[in-house]
Amino acid sequence: MRNRSGTRTALAAALALTMLATACTGAGEVTGEEGVDLDVSTGVTEDSVIIGSHQPLTGPAAPGYLAISQGARAVFEYVNAQGGVNGREIDYRVEDDAYDPAQTIDATRQLVLEDEIFAMVGGLGTPTHSAVIDYLNEQGVPDVFPASGALAWNNPGEHPLTYGWQTDYTKEAKIQGQYIAENFAGEDVGYLYQNDDVGEDSQAGLDQYLAEQVVAREHYESEVPDVSAQIAELERAGAEVVVCSCIPAFVALGMLEAARIGYEPQWVVSSIGGDTATLQGLLSEFTQDTDAADVPADAFLDGMLITSYMPRVEDEDDEWAQFFLDVYEEYGEGGTVTNTHVFGMTQAVMFAQVLMSAGEDLTRQALVDALENQEWRGPSPVPFASGDGDHGGHQGVYVVRYESGGSIEMIQDPRVTDREGGDIEETDFAPLGPDELVFHD
Amino acid sequence: MSSPIRQCAERASAPGSAPASASPKPVAASPGDRWRGLPSPLRHLLLAALGLAAVTALLLVTGDLTALRVAAVGYTMLAIAGLQLLVGGSGQVSLGHGAFMMIGAYAMALLVLYQPMLPLAANLLIIVALSVVAGIAVGAATARLHGPYLAGATLILAVGLPGLTHRYHDLLGGSNGLVIRTAGAPPLLQGLVSDSEWKALVVWTAVVIGLAALATVSTGRLGRRMRAIRDDETAAAMAGIPVGATKVVAFVIASAAGGLAGGLQAYVLGTATPSTFTLALSLTLLAGLVLGGIGSLWGALWASVAIVYLELWASDLARALDLSRDAENNLPIVFFGVVIILVLRFWPLGVHGALQRVTIRLRSREPR
Repeated sequence: MRNRSGTRTALAAALALTMLATACTGAGEVTGEEGVDLDVSTGVTEDSVIIGSHQPLTGPAAPGYLAISQGARAVFEYVNAQGGVNGREIDYRVEDDAYDPAQTIDATRQLVLEDEIFAMVGGLGTPTHSAVIDYLNEQGVPDVFPASGALAWNNPGEHPLTYGWQTDYTKEAKIQGQYIAENFAGEDVGYLYQNDDVGEDSQAGLDQYLAEQVVAREHYESEVPDVSAQIAELERAGAEVVVCSCIPAFVALGMLEAARIGYEPQWVVSSIGGDTATLQGLLSEFTQDTDAADVPADAFLDGMLITSYMPRVEDEDDEWAQFFLDVYEEYGEGGTVTNTHVFGMTQAVMFAQVLMSAGEDLTRQALVDALENQEWRGPSPVPFASGDGDHGGHQGVYVVRYESGGSIEMIQDPRVTDREGGDIEETDFAPLGPDELVFHD
Repeated sequence: MSSPIRQCAERASAPGSAPASASPKPVAASPGDRWRGLPSPLRHLLLAALGLAAVTALLLVTGDLTALRVAAVGYTMLAIAGLQLLVGGSGQVSLGHGAFMMIGAYAMALLVLYQPMLPLAANLLIIVALSVVAGIAVGAATARLHGPYLAGATLILAVGLPGLTHRYHDLLGGSNGLVIRTAGAPPLLQGLVSDSEWKALVVWTAVVIGLAALATVSTGRLGRRMRAIRDDETAAAMAGIPVGATKVVAFVIASAAGGLAGGLQAYVLGTATPSTFTLALSLTLLAGLVLGGIGSLWGALWASVAIVYLELWASDLARALDLSRDAENNLPIVFFGVVIILVLRFWPLGVHGALQRVTIRLRSREPR
């Protein structure tokens, strides 16, 4: 009897699974989606518009990125205090996803179904946002300015409602590559990169200009906070210039390790790792209770080259940087304003700007039309693309040199390029100041 | 929704109740006895069907967001039920259960990416087979280990396995993981159920079948052997129970349940990344099991509901309290910890133990 009961379980399970099998075709065979209705005003009332975002508010990624939503919230509160946009207040709702895609999916559904957001603004992270990009497009929710430089956001054919924001990693790397090839001609170059799309896409750009000069390619995993082997290898290979396509924690680790072994390359850091205030915080944290505790964190950063596409908070002459400092002073949550705050603040200003252009009869279609036709004039000093089949966002970067003491010097004006093999071009783009740019009533 | 599971669970938790087929008592005519007269796999499958019907009814009256969470409760429950059999049944502590979920999830993602025409059921069967192989490998290697040593060995699995995604970056996608799109509701049912509801139903179909299998194992001879080993290994060996083999089998069954749960998770969420399958997941599963109640499948339901919903309730609570943002962000995690401590302080057998005590007290009050 017992043996037979085992067989029966197996039989019954097989039967049930067969039934399941006949009920659906291949698990990976996805049928084409039908068009979505964009002539809706979900989340819009007479006097408010609800927008949402998924951000890592807790967990290991939170210390690095919490500032983005804080910055954005400060700008939206400033906008609301000025009377909102077309008479509507912006209701900015942030859901925590702890940088875990499984949680991003839940958070996004909650925003879309429960909070009924009008649009997703600045959803953060490549793995996290990749998990919801299909869903947002299927639901007809405009997916504006995801906060990551992955190439995937600029794919209007497949994801017509997704509008990229960050200068993608390949464009940025091409301009870095050209700058190094011109200014450090003949010197040996080493790459230090994060072993995911950041590293992959960055190398695709760097190699277009530096293939001859590269002597070492070293990667790190974002889960393993140790780069000593990588730095030792870069030194052994004799790299005089190190291009770091890294997040801030690993820029700091790399610089410390290099200082420890007496290796002094020229550092070239991407925008994602180039927030000097964050770097200083990390460096003084890492040097605590070590021999280097008395060395000012600033000293490690002296002479570092950074590529950037937004206004920079170190720049005392920049109108937007000063404006952001003032706004954060009044509407922010306290603490030092970093370039990570500026990231969220620039995003918020640009979203408010396009919401303004979408007009008083606000529908999702109106927002998409506004995005497609917007003539962007800042706050960033770099041209911005969101129409004509190009959803790539910022189109290039400029190069600055950081000097200890907290000042930066612009050493190459903004240049733009594409993500393929196209040329790098100079641009005569000039942003409007905070007083001229229309982004609130 | 859960009465069937509860009944199997009660049977599972009562080691003394032998399967009806082995009972020497003559079968009486009352409905309860007739029910008990059915062979246990059939009984569990009937209860599973009932459970599925209840979930379907629940899905019909709720929306898409609930569908996603109901599905999450489903696969989490299956994973915990497997762990239950291992920890509560055979007394082996595993800190690496999340690793088996990861195996299942990545297997599902790879199958969908490279063999998109395979039906889901075939994928799930392949995943179960794969998890069984992984379970045999790990279980055989760890069968001689006890208590903290076994926990340590499985801990390595939970910590080490996500590293494979970096080692085989091209195949497994590194820290960004794999993103897949799975087919939604079949054309026949389109309009009747949404894609999310369909996926939740598929998940629960697989889950209740898995649970029925687990319940059958637990009430059968194998389950009895496991409990004998849990209570006293030497005594069990002297009674002629093959200790090593039984422990490996328990490990294999648990890993199959974990793998299947991971596969279902990848199917619902459409993504598999190393950051989902961290050590924290394995620990959460174990903590959930303790919270729900070790020693009964019914506890797995409480555990999974707690894991999925407790944080949501806590963040709603935090929002309602109007706390500072830092406190609001971190309150859910604190809340989960406090609830576990409180439950264990007052009901050491977990939520299920507490409920059982209440029912016993109520029954004893009934006039005889």
